[in-house]
Amino acid sequence: MTDRITLVIDGKTVSAVAGEMLLWVALDNDIYIPHLCGSRDDQEKPASCRLCFVEVDGRPLPVTACTLPVSEGLVVRTGGERVDALVATGFELLMSNHRLDCKNCPANGDCALQQIAKTRKLKLKPKKLPVLERDLTVDDSVPGILFDPNKCVLCGHCIKACLRDGNGILGFTRRGFERVISTFGDLPLAESECSGCGSCAAVCPVGAWSAHLHAEAF
Amino acid sequence: MELTAEEIRIAANTTGDVLAGFSDSRGNLIPALQQVQNKLGYVPRVAMQKAAAHFRIPAVEVYGVITFYNQFRLTPPGKNQVKICMGTACHMRGANIIQEAWERRLQIKVGETTADREFSLERVACVGCCTMAPVVVINEEVNGKITPTRVDGLLFAHELDKKNAAEAKGGAE
Repeated sequence: MTDRITLVIDGKTVSAVAGEMLLWVALDNDIYIPHLCGSRDDQEKPASCRLCFVEVDGRPLPVTACTLPVSEGLVVRTGGERVDALVATGFELLMSNHRLDCKNCPANGDCALQQIAKTRKLKLKPKKLPVLERDLTVDDSVPGILFDPNKCVLCGHCIKACLRDGNGILGFTRRGFERVISTFGDLPLAESECSGCGSCAAVCPVGAWSAHLHAEAF
Repeated sequence: MELTAEEIRIAANTTGDVLAGFSDSRGNLIPALQQVQNKLGYVPRVAMQKAAAHFRIPAVEVYGVITFYNQFRLTPPGKNQVKICMGTACHMRGANIIQEAWERRLQIKVGETTADREFSLERVACVGCCTMAPVVVINEEVNGKITPTRVDGLLFAHELDKKNAAEAKGGAE
């Protein structure tokens, strides 16, 4: 039997298995921490979305909750001036190249970005940063699946889902601002051995991957 | 740009030879790709697919590595390699406008090669002659103070040189 430990998150004492990542412990105890890129079964944690920052007593700087193993007596605060500033900036950077079209977006109402904005009282529209849209091609080549890279937050969940349930045809390509999720040789999904399983659409936290609304028409 | 069957065959054989010298440990991926790039001058689809099979990873992962690093080319280099300097001074003097001029005239994007294999286009960092900004290096020849009109001129001069060389060759025979 693994060791159980107790820790304090936002004044609430919770019990958890030692070594589990703080993010999942908090979420299991109904304490919301913004997050996009992490999954529970990650071997290598991407820690790339920079949204799950928390303050930990005894640590000089805020740390990402997805990479912090819990230990006995840990005292954590999910908010605070420094955390709020980091999350606000990280969120604004994400939103500065996210095509904002909530009204027509299939993820409207069930979107991680909307949830983060709501719980942290942040604006979806960036205030300080200019919006840099990339105008990338929307892929609807496989019936039942729609991929709009302009809405992608590069969390990588679809890549993991495709490896698990599909043919492993998705990956990160290019670098920096040009980084996108694409297939080998940037081919459309229909030419890339896509199995059409739709796992990518099921795991996408935003509206980048979605089930094709007009699937019956094809 | 399409590769010929012969080029694909050579690329496949070369990649096979290179991969034979590496174990299937994932850490060998980049050294293997570098050797392929050194031997062929570029890393074509067939090479990426062979590498993916060798290291037992999805082909898209190899493609991700190739597109991440500037040192890898996806297309064979042209006979003449045009390198546009993107250093600070050239950047300030409008290197992006020069880049657009080349892209428009050659009808290719940076990193690509024209269909006739005459020119390939690259961006480089500082070439060390900032007083001449914006600078374009064609093969080994440095050209300073480039304007879009000069791009037309350089291409025209190249056409002339080619014609003269062909005539001189014809005359000698």
